[in-house]
Order: sequence, then structure tokens, then C-alpha cells
Amino acid sequence: MNGFLTSVGYDRWILPALLGIPLLGALVIWLQAALGGRDAGAAPRAAPEESAAARAGVDPRTAVDEIATGVAGPARVIALATFIVEFIVSLGLWPAFDPADGRWQFPVDIAWIPSWGVRFTIGIDGMALMMILLTTLIMVLASLGSWTYIRTRTHSFYALMLVLTTGMLGVFMSLDLFLFYVMWEVMLVPMYFIIGIWGGENRLYASLKFFIYTMVGSMLMLAAIVYIGLAARNPATGIPTFSYDYILQNVVVSPTAALWLFGAFFMAFAVKVPMFPFHTWLPDAHVEAPTAGSVVLASIMLKLGTFGFLRLAVPLFPSAAMNETVRSIILGLAVIGIVYGALVSMVQTDFKKLVAYSSVSHLGFVMLGIFALTVQSVQGALMVMINHGISTGALFLLIGMIYERRHSRLIEAYGGIARVVPMFAALLTLVSLSSIGLPGTNGFIGEFLVLIGAFKTVPIFTIIATTAVIFAAAYLLWAIQRILFNAFTKPENEHLADLNPRELLIMAPLVVAIIWLGVYPAPVLRRMQLSAERFVTVVQGRATSQSRVVSTGERPR
Amino acid sequence: MLPASFALLQEAAGVAHPLAGTAARWMWALPLLPLLGFVINGALSIVSAYHAGPADPGAHPHDAHPSVEERHEAHTGHDVTGGGAHGDDHHVVVRHRFAGLATIIGPGVMVLAFGLAVAIFAAMRGAGDAALHTPFVQRYFEWMPVGDLRIDAAFQLDQLSMVMILVITGVGMLIHLFSVGYMQDDPSYPRYFAYLNLFVAFMLVLVMGASYPVMFVGWEGVGLCSYLLIGFWYLDKANADAGKKAFIMNRIGDFGFLVAMFMLYANIGTLEFEGVRAQATALGPSVVTWICLFFFLGCTGKSAQIPLYTWLPDAMAGPTPVSALIHAATMVTAGVYLIARSNFLFSLSPVASLTVVVIGALTAIFAASIGLKQWDIKKVLAYSTVSQLGYMFIGVGSGAYVSGVFHLVTHAFFKALLFLGSGSVIFAMHRAYHATHSAEDAQDMRNMGGLRRYMPWTFWLMLAATLAIAGFPPFAGFFSKDAILGTVFLRARESTLADAHWLGIPGNIILYACYVLGLAAAFMTAVYMTRMLIYTFLGPNRSGERERDFLGEAPWIMTGPLLVLGVLSVAGGWLNLPESIPIGRVGLLEHWLDPVVGESTLRITHGAAVEASSTIEYSLIGAAVLIALAGIVVAWVMLRPERLVPKREARQEEGFERVLANKYYVDEIYDDAVVQPTVGVSRNLLWEGIDQGLIDNVMVKYIGTGVPRLFGWLGSQLQSGQVGTYAWVLVVGVLFVLGAFTIR
Repeated sequence: MNGFLTSVGYDRWILPALLGIPLLGALVIWLQAALGGRDAGAAPRAAPEESAAARAGVDPRTAVDEIATGVAGPARVIALATFIVEFIVSLGLWPAFDPADGRWQFPVDIAWIPSWGVRFTIGIDGMALMMILLTTLIMVLASLGSWTYIRTRTHSFYALMLVLTTGMLGVFMSLDLFLFYVMWEVMLVPMYFIIGIWGGENRLYASLKFFIYTMVGSMLMLAAIVYIGLAARNPATGIPTFSYDYILQNVVVSPTAALWLFGAFFMAFAVKVPMFPFHTWLPDAHVEAPTAGSVVLASIMLKLGTFGFLRLAVPLFPSAAMNETVRSIILGLAVIGIVYGALVSMVQTDFKKLVAYSSVSHLGFVMLGIFALTVQSVQGALMVMINHGISTGALFLLIGMIYERRHSRLIEAYGGIARVVPMFAALLTLVSLSSIGLPGTNGFIGEFLVLIGAFKTVPIFTIIATTAVIFAAAYLLWAIQRILFNAFTKPENEHLADLNPRELLIMAPLVVAIIWLGVYPAPVLRRMQLSAERFVTVVQGRATSQSRVVSTGERPR
Repeated sequence: MLPASFALLQEAAGVAHPLAGTAARWMWALPLLPLLGFVINGALSIVSAYHAGPADPGAHPHDAHPSVEERHEAHTGHDVTGGGAHGDDHHVVVRHRFAGLATIIGPGVMVLAFGLAVAIFAAMRGAGDAALHTPFVQRYFEWMPVGDLRIDAAFQLDQLSMVMILVITGVGMLIHLFSVGYMQDDPSYPRYFAYLNLFVAFMLVLVMGASYPVMFVGWEGVGLCSYLLIGFWYLDKANADAGKKAFIMNRIGDFGFLVAMFMLYANIGTLEFEGVRAQATALGPSVVTWICLFFFLGCTGKSAQIPLYTWLPDAMAGPTPVSALIHAATMVTAGVYLIARSNFLFSLSPVASLTVVVIGALTAIFAASIGLKQWDIKKVLAYSTVSQLGYMFIGVGSGAYVSGVFHLVTHAFFKALLFLGSGSVIFAMHRAYHATHSAEDAQDMRNMGGLRRYMPWTFWLMLAATLAIAGFPPFAGFFSKDAILGTVFLRARESTLADAHWLGIPGNIILYACYVLGLAAAFMTAVYMTRMLIYTFLGPNRSGERERDFLGEAPWIMTGPLLVLGVLSVAGGWLNLPESIPIGRVGLLEHWLDPVVGESTLRITHGAAVEASSTIEYSLIGAAVLIALAGIVVAWVMLRPERLVPKREARQEEGFERVLANKYYVDEIYDDAVVQPTVGVSRNLLWEGIDQGLIDNVMVKYIGTGVPRLFGWLGSQLQSGQVGTYAWVLVVGVLFVLGAFTIR
């Protein structure tokens, strides 16, 4: 396998190809729409009923039957084909990646904007590898999950999904801070439109909230990146540099500056994670977003926040991040998020909102793992990132499936439906169990590693966080009881149809992943081992050296 | 899976264990067999229930669905209806279309597993005692290798796990066979066997795991199956509630289990039993106490001890064979197994051990007193189980690991028999009420009475089990209960526990007190079990005139397993005869388990074997027998079955009787003190107060008033229908920017 991959030069073109394929797909969709294809998006006046419906706040999916003909258009086929190609191509990364090589793999480094010192530098390590594979898989499933769900402006929708993919993958690959920022924005804007156009009744409020929250964060991040770039400039030429490796090895900023810079990154990433108390955009965004939007948001975009902490914020400014006060505050917020998210989740009436708050809880585990700073806890954090992507993505897909049939996300609209939709019930139960971390499923591995690692450094926080195993069981089991079990009281559910083969096909890879990562996660752990170890050693090493700079710097006074 | 590579792994590790070449090398197949049963039965269940939905589920909500008639047929015929075979509804009796296949596979894999277990046991016997001082460990693959943390998917076989395996597969097999009859008309027949098979698989993982994390897989896995089986007839809210309650209560315990593992790893860097055993003495005394206490929290959840016992009586909502297998014979004893397995830790901490004894003794008497006033036949048995588990904890807590495990085994025999017997009774009652279309409670003893005439086999077998649990010689429970109570008494005289202090109270006083509590609980046990027997089988029948014609013995597939369990309940005591009653080979189990627990037992007794004068020995035995007899006699004299009236005519209890009938209102107290406040605070303070109020309405609003104006135009554009244009501008823009450098 590796021989074949080398013979086709896989390691040289794979990363740019992964970025290019979705753009190519978007281009094809655009061309198809422009060259005579029906496109509601490019010519909104062509479908006045639809915009009227959208303006009136009526759900266009049910309101206008005519529009439904747009469903069968070629855009979804082109998008799905593109995502499948993307996924298959990305699979080669698994064998081609060398778990024992600590350097950046599959690197590409091209000058981009020389006068600013911006380079197109990309490359991956183990944690980026797993996030990329997760992304390419989830995008296939998300587009399949939108197959009949998205009925209006399908061209625009799928084009945005493709651009979004490039943005997310770009963030995972970027080794240039400026490129990182560009990719970050490329990913945010399409999501804003996806929520704002194809969302539910309150989509405008939700998308605006999403946009403001994340924009404020990313503005601060841009300022910080520019500051670092200038701090790292070549003294001879005055040209700044944004190279991640160079900055990591050479740039030392003053402790005060480090604190400010870390704060700026923290705002950008903490909003994205989201950490308590910056999380309130998430429930709204999730509830209003279409299924694919929720899936991408939960499965991948939230991980970009924690990924940002792992890649940039903490390694670049360890003295600030690991400052006793700062660290305690962040750990405290993480643990509050874990418990608080679970408790608030318990009292939700909207199933999507419930899952949204559970994300706050799960991502709290990731933050705990990162800031506990042991190899186990960081590996656990990475596992939670993957597992949350799989389990929560699966939950949102399942909610989307039942929503398409019944047009309600409210828990009370159901009850006893396991009788009429047994396959749906079985899958929802399995996915919920993985989400609450039942051993033998993926969810357990991540949480267990985070907690067992974190206990060594921050035992009290860890014990509080561990109580979430109780609350998680409470909110999810209570929810699925009220949906699947209990008396069958709603006659309108009598005609619910069970999942169709397409929907089973969507769930199949997720179910396989849930069991595989729960029973035999070692191959994944091995590939991420060096990333986690490097993170811990770099942060520890730089934290001590930076604080040494601080102490020597302050001694003369 | 990969037997060849196992062998390689073993050789690579340089292990030349005496069991390496024997039947024990197949031990991985033990959990795999029932797992296979689960997969097949689960597939049968889901395939028969699944009807593919339309390709476009959102398009036309009513077109693509099967007609009402079709759906109706599908439900009554072979769907997962969860209707409840033995509740008070009157379902259509139609056998599942895969019932035959499920019958072969479900119990079939259990027969195979039991056969394999016996073969492995024979191999262990053949290998000789001297050779088996270390467990036989098989490593399959690395499960969680992270840094210096190494957790392997590994099983281990030693004398203790062998005992558990034999009980699980043996009693499990009998209960599977019984289920064939009991569940025959259930519309979800394959689903039932799927869950039951899965349970056995996880239970075997629990007792075979070579490390705490692998054990934890089984530990939570059996909890899952318990959840699924309690809520098996899920359309009844009470059943679904009970399942959820069991899971959550167990999770509270699992929290303790997890923290204990974290502490172990942080202090000695390993979680494998052999590693921990080797390094346990290096742990500081307070650390080891905390670890043990956290583990014991796990035990109180899984094994239904104070304060987490309230889920077990509710768990009776599940099918009765489930109560027999999971909630009496096997799963609920996992906590006892955990302590016996962790003997190398608990024996180091007299304080933790005393805690176990105290909780066990309190639970034993508390649950027994509730059992005195229950009317539901299964509830009596449920509280009895809680109480008997308390005895087991008295045993393992006081360092009498062998006695605890001994009682675990005999209890598995007689309590499984009691539950299956009550299952036969409920089956008969239900059949009778079903035939007459009556909505009476088939489980209430006030509706029974005089069943001896209709079900003689069941009566005699239940009588044997009752004598066994009451501790009447020479039935099985007499020997095991006497062993526990006798040991506590002796430990109070001389042990590390007696020397320690527990909350400032000298250990020997605690142990004497627990001995007395144990005796009192034994008295109550004899009373409530005799009461159950009298009310169910003796006196006049209260089922109803017409129903009487339909009462009768269950089919042989149900009565057969009862007979086997009956023999075991009578003869189980011979597994471990005390030296003072040498009516056969003495101390078989003690000798068998010595390599596992011997060292720890000696540690507790200051290194000396327990020596007690025969006067004391015989006085202790005499006291136990007298107590049991007294209980039986008191119940016999005081209870008047002929005065009982059927449930619908019964009066309300008064005074303390009422408190007992309402189980000391513990459920209500928990609900008011814990559940409601948690939900209330979460909803009113956290969600509506902090989330929506403080963060969204105060912070976001004020910080955000200016910003929306900045972005306001975007929103207005969205509404004008121009948004598609913007989306395209963005796409093109991105293409342009990113394309700019690649083309260059």
C-alpha cells in the first residue's frame, strides 16, 4: 500500500489536493448552475413563492411543493461525489502516516505574499491527521444527511458546504499563522450562511449571534497574530514572519505581552469550544441550523477551538497559559462547563438543545485534558475530540432523520416510538450510550484517559469532573426514555416510518467507529502519541524557560 | 478470534503457566459464545421488526407508508411491541416467527459456555493445587497504551474467577432454559434472549478481566443489560423509569469505581490485579483506605447496599427470570466479587473493611425489616436479596473472603430457585387471570394462597429454598450464613479490625454489634420467608372462583431447572463444610480459594489461622439454628393466612406497618432531597437564571448592542432575498484568493 502511494507521489500532493478537491467541486456546481442549470440561489427572483415563504418565517420545506423538484438537481450529486472522492483520497493518509516520525508529515511550503512574509506552509502531525480523517468522513455523511432535507437553493448550499470543508481542513493543516487565520475565516463565513439561510424559524437571530461571537474572537486573534508576526520579523529586512515552527523556537515575548496575546487567542478559541460562559451561541446555532449544519458544527467546528489551544495558544504562550492563576481559572471554567452543561442539558425540552448543552459538557473534558498537561490527559482530550465528533454527529443526524418525518424536535412530541421505528430506536440507544461513555464504546476511552491523566496533576478538579458520568446518564437516558419508551400517547406517531436504506448507510460507518474506537483504539492512540507527548514537553519546557526569562529579567529591579 | 496469536503472545511473554496447554487456553471463548448469541438474536430481532422507510421521508408525509392494516398486522405479529407478557394487559398470543431459532441459539450458547467452563475447571483440578499460585493470564491486544499507562485487553483465570464462571454459566444456563417457557408468548422473544446473552457475556468479562479497567467494562456492561431488561416492556412508564433509575444509581457507584482507579494509577502506576497485588503494601494507609472506600461506593451501587439500594426493588419490573439471573444470582454480587478480588487492598485497611461490615450489617437488617411487610411476592424476594447481599459484605468486609464468596454461591442457588419459583407462580396466576380476562395483580400474595394444591412441585422446591435462605440445617444457606456470622464473632475477638477504630468506636465493639445485627436479620429472614411461603402456598385460595380452574404447574422446561436448583439448594453446603461439622470433606472452597485470598485473610488475623474452642464453635452454630427456628415458628404461629383478603379488599396499613410497607419512605426522601432540587436548580437557576438571564440577557445584550449595528446590514441583506448573491460572492472570492498563488 505504501509502495503504491509513494509511487504516485502521494506524500507530495495529498494535502494541497485535499484543500483543492472541495473547491473544485464548488466550482463545478457553480458552473453547472451558471450554464443553464436550475439554480434557485443565483436567481432568487425566479422562485418568488419561496422567498415569500422564507420571509414569512414559514418552513419552506413543507410550504412549497414545487421547490421540491429542486431536490433532485445535480448539485447534491456533485457534492456527494466530491466528498466521497475527498474521503477516499484522504484515507491514504492512514497507512502513509508514520507514527514514529515526530516531524511535520506531507509538508508543502510555498511563498504566498512575500512582502508580508506570509507563506503557504502546511503539514500535519498525528492529531491533525485524525481530525482531517474525521472531517472528510463527516462531510460525506452530512451531505448524505442533507439529501432530502435541503430543498431550497441546493446549489448554494452544497457549494458552501464544500468551501467550508476547505476552510476546516486548512485550519488543521496550517503551519503559518496568517494562513491559519485565513482558513479560520473561510470556515466561519459559510457556516454563517448555512445557518442563516437554511435554518429554522429563528435562524437570523441564531446566525447573527454565531457571527458576532466568533467574529469578535477572530478579530482579536488576527491582532495577536499580526503582533507575533511583527515580533518575529527579520531584523535586517523588517519583513514579518508567520512561520509556526520559527515562532515556536525563536520568539520570546515579554510576560505581559504573552498574557495579552494568550488572552486574545483564548477569546477566539474559547468561544469556539465553547467554554462556559461563552457558550450561549451554541444552543441557538444548533437548534436553528439544518441537520448538516449542526453535524458539521458539533463534529468538527467545535474541535477547531480546542485544536487552536493545542496548536497555537498553549504552546506559543505556555508561561501565560500555565500561569497558576490563569490555569486554575481555565480548569475551573472547564469543570464548571462539564457539570453545568450536563445539568442544563437535563432540563431541556428540545432534543437538539439538549445535545448542544451536552457538547458544552463534553468539550469541557477536552479543556480539562489539555490544561491538566499529562500525556494521558492530552491523548484523552484528542480522543474526546474524535469521539464527540462521531457520537454527537450521529445524534444530530438521527435527530434530523426523525425531524424530517415529524417536524418536531421537542421531546414531548414523541414517546414510545421504539414500537414503530425499532431501527431508529436501536441506533439512538447505541449512540446515546456512546455519548455517555459506556465502556466498550468510543466515548469511554476519551473520558477515561482525560480523567485518569488529569487526576495526577489536578485531582480535585478531576473528581468534580467525574461526577459528570452520573449527570450524563441522567440527561440522555431520561431523554431517550421520553422519546423511545414510555406509553405510546401520540397517535400522529403511528405512521412514523423507520429509517430508509440511505439513512442506514449514513449511520453504518458511525456505528462501526463507535465500536471500533471503543474496543481497539490503540492504532489511533499510537498515531497521536507523539503529538501529545510533544505538546506536553514543549509546553513544560517553554513554560520553565519563559518563566526563567521572567525571573532573570526582573531580578535587576 | 485469534487463538494462534494468543499462544504467540503468551510465549513472547515467557509465560509457562501450567494451564497454558489445557482447555483453559480456550477461555476467551467463554464470553465470546454468549456475545455471538447476542449478535444473532439481536439480528433476528431487528430484522423481524424493521420495515424500511421511504426514500424521501420528508416529501409527502402520508403516501409512502404502509397502510394501517399492514402496520397493525406487523405489530401484533412479529414486531418489537414491548407490550408486556406478564403485566396486566391482554396481548394477542402469537409466537415470534423466529422463536424456534432464538430458542436454539439463546440457551444453546449457554450450554456450550457451561460445558467449556466445566472443561476448564477440570483442567484446573488436573493441574494440581501447587501449580496454581499465580493466575493464568491471556493478553489479547493493547487496549489503551498511552505513555506509561498500559491497559491490555487481557483475561485472567484463577480459583476465584473459576467459581464465578461456574455460577454464571451454570445458573445462567438454567435460567435461560426456564425463560424458554416463561417468555414463550412474548412478541419480542429474540430481543429478550439477545439481551440475556449480552448480559452473560459482560458478566463473564467482569469476572475474567485481568485489570480493573477490563473489569469495569463488564461492570458497566452488565449495568446496561440490567437497564435494557428492567425496561424490557418499555411501553409501561414504570418499567422504563425503573430501568433508568437502576442505571443512574449504578452510575453513582461507578463514579466511585472510577475515582478509585484514578487513585491507584496515580499512586502505583498500574491497574492490573497482579501488579496492584504486588505493590499494594507500598501504598500509604490513608491512600489505601480512600481507594477502598471509593471502590466500596461502586459496590453499594452495583450490589444495592445502603445508600444506593433503592433501585433493586424497582428492578423487579423486569421479567422474572431476569430478576433471578441479574438481580439475584449474578450481577448484584459483583460488588462482593470486587472486594474479594481486591482482598489485597481491603485487608490493608481495617477502617475500610469495618465500613464494609457496618454497611453490610445495616443493610441486612434494614432490608429484612422492609421485607416483613411487602405484599408483592417479587418485592419480598428483592428486599431479601438486598439483605442477603448485606451478609456477603459482612463476610468479605471482616476478611472472611471465603465465607462471603461461599454465601454468594449458595445464595445464587437458592435465590435463583426462589425467583424462578415465584416466576412459575406468577406464570400460573397470569395465565389464570388472562384466561378469565381479569385485571387483578398476578404478583400480589393476597391474591394467591393455597397454591400448594395446584403446583405441588413448585411448592416443595420453594420450601427447600426457603429453608435454605432461613439458615435451617442442613440446607445450603445454613452453612454459608453460619460461616459469616461465626467469623464476625471470631474477628471481634482477635483481628486487625478489632484493634482499629471506626469513627472513634473500637473495632471489636463494632464487630460484636454487627454480629448481633446479623443474628437479628437472620431472625427476620426466617420470618418473612415463612410468611411468603404461607401466604402463597398455604391456607385458602384467594385467586377467585373462576381463576382456580386455570391454576396449574408450569411446563417442564420451567420446572426442570427448578429441580436442579433445588438439589443445589439442599446440597450446596457441602461445598464448604466447617471443621466442626465433618459430614463430608471439610473446607473444599476454603482450600480452593486459598491461593487467592489466603494471604490477605492471614493478614487480618495477625498471621495466625483462626483457632476457636469447640465450645464457642458449637455455641455459635447453636445460636444460628435457634434463631432460624425461632423465626420460622414465630411466623407459623402468628400469621393467619385464612384471615387475608384479596388485594382489592385489603385495608390500608396503619402505624409502623405502614412505614414498613412504604419502605421507610426512602424513595420519597431521595426524590425530595436530591432529584427534585437538582432538576429545579438546573432549570430555574442554571438554565433560566444564568444561561438565559445573566449571560444572554445581560452580558450579551449590553456588550452586543453596538456590534449588531455594525453587522446589521448583513441581517437586512439576508431578509431582502439577496443572500444567494453574497454566498456566491464569497465562493468566488475564496476561489480567487486561494487560486492567486497556485496559478502564479
